[in-house]
Amino acid sequence: MRRVIVGMMMAVLAMGTAGYAETLQIDGSTTVGPIADAFAEYFKSVQPDLSITVKKTGSGDGAAALIDGRCDIATMSRFMKPEEFQKAVANNVLPVAHVVAMDGVCVAVHPSNPVKALTSAQIRDIYAGKITNWNQVGGSNTSIVVISRDTSSGTYETFESLVMKKTPMAAGVEYVNANPQAQARVRTTPGAIGYVGLGFQEGVKVLAIDGIMPTRQTIAKGSYPVSRPLFLFTNGYPKLGSVVHKFVSFYLTEKGQELVEAKGYVPLTNY
Amino acid sequence: MNSAEVNLTLEPAADTPRPLALMPGEDLRGYLLAHLGRAVLFLMTFSSVVAVLLILLFVIVRSLGFLSGYSLVEFLASRDWRPTAESPVFGSLAIIVGSLYVSFAALVFAVPLGLLAAVFLSDILSWRARNIVKPVVEILAAIPSVAYGFFAVLVLAPWMQKEFGFSTGTNALNASLILAIMALPTIISVAEDSISAIGRELREASYSCGATRMETMIQVVIPAAHSGIIAAVVLGMMRAIGETMVVWMASGNATQIPRPWWDVSQSIRTMTATIAGEMGEAPEGSQHRGALFAIGVLLLILTFGLNIVSEYFLTRAKKATGKT
Repeated sequence: MRRVIVGMMMAVLAMGTAGYAETLQIDGSTTVGPIADAFAEYFKSVQPDLSITVKKTGSGDGAAALIDGRCDIATMSRFMKPEEFQKAVANNVLPVAHVVAMDGVCVAVHPSNPVKALTSAQIRDIYAGKITNWNQVGGSNTSIVVISRDTSSGTYETFESLVMKKTPMAAGVEYVNANPQAQARVRTTPGAIGYVGLGFQEGVKVLAIDGIMPTRQTIAKGSYPVSRPLFLFTNGYPKLGSVVHKFVSFYLTEKGQELVEAKGYVPLTNY
Repeated sequence: MNSAEVNLTLEPAADTPRPLALMPGEDLRGYLLAHLGRAVLFLMTFSSVVAVLLILLFVIVRSLGFLSGYSLVEFLASRDWRPTAESPVFGSLAIIVGSLYVSFAALVFAVPLGLLAAVFLSDILSWRARNIVKPVVEILAAIPSVAYGFFAVLVLAPWMQKEFGFSTGTNALNASLILAIMALPTIISVAEDSISAIGRELREASYSCGATRMETMIQVVIPAAHSGIIAAVVLGMMRAIGETMVVWMASGNATQIPRPWWDVSQSIRTMTATIAGEMGEAPEGSQHRGALFAIGVLLLILTFGLNIVSEYFLTRAKKATGKT
């Protein structure tokens, strides 16, 4: 028994010293998290003594962690807000943004819904509660169940700034806390409308917005109205050749592009 | 006479290796160890008390900035919760009502069911069967709430849409049903304890007066156990009001008060779900974060109040049955 305990203690010590060699703390968005995870996994497979932790708590938490010096890289699905920037500068942290990929927010309805396309003004009116029945936009006589992501998600912020344009959402809008859950609710609710990330289109019908379908090309070009860049924020531009630098420029490599694509996002490179 | 008495008391003490109250002169090592042990135990107990106080203090302090800079009337009386709008509005009325709404609705389902189950377990089921059934009921409490949440979203919600024709399946009814299931083990367990604690004498006295089993139960045992039953209900309510994951997944989180008020097919939002859902993205030091902490203070006040009520009734129940 005692030998087991001693062995365990030594293992813990060994892990501690190994972790001491080189560590990378990443904190932030749940949307960018999967990309950071995939990158981290690849980095660890190449350099096994590297220890990378990826936390996915939200873009705001990521910014707060970078400002407090609790992380090396903040993953964010939105740009830093002015007050975050000011706080960072006051803390001697100079945030630098690296765009790692593009993401599109798809507006989805139940597969049985005859509606194929909406304008962004119509979508805005649906979420604002001005349009409440599908027959007002050329569908059947079904009341609309409006589903939004929670206000703490980057997807919500993108949707709000690009579609709602500061029009408040109606009180009857339902909130769900993750992309898969939004997808599941739309898939099982005939009158539902919801919005999800690009990788969550299975079982739901994605609508064209202002006549443009969300595809890799339209999102990368920015012609699809609800597309956004995803960011990695560092404190200053990282020292060339450092792990942080390798990490934030990894999206430029062929392997990086492959990983971004595998997670359902749109890469900026085209190998 | 005197010396004989002293001898009598000393004799058994001589058999025990160490005297009960140590003096440093008698056994210095034992004395120090005993006091060290006491100090360690004291620190451990004290740390949990301090933790509770610090949490309370922390939540209150973090909400002060918001509460001092925002109209308290608007915070408590407005139904508009638009924390990320250009000119944000933090009205928590719909959210407070939502929490109370689903908790009371959950009790409507859970109390009759829980009470009947408690009566069945304590008075009707054989002792041997009871010893199997009760632990199984208590396992309900061990199921992680996120598992209930998945059930609510993926099974209950589509089922309600299909069977009841609700336009949305994640609504007040869905959340209340799941909360009722989660509150049941607490209610059954505490109510069953207090009903069993009433004891044989009272029941036999009632039977000897010619009362039937049902009359005995309804007119004698349940009134006698009412303190414990009320405590059970309050504890069940605390479970419902503090639950986060399930309501976040099952209630739909629409910031509205159902209109008409009994329309349980409308979606609703609770205090816990609001805090859990929005904390991650509320910028540090912003009004939004302060408002969430202010809701946390309200929630703490509510649960502390309920806790005091349940403690009061539990103490009364113990006094009534003569067990302390």
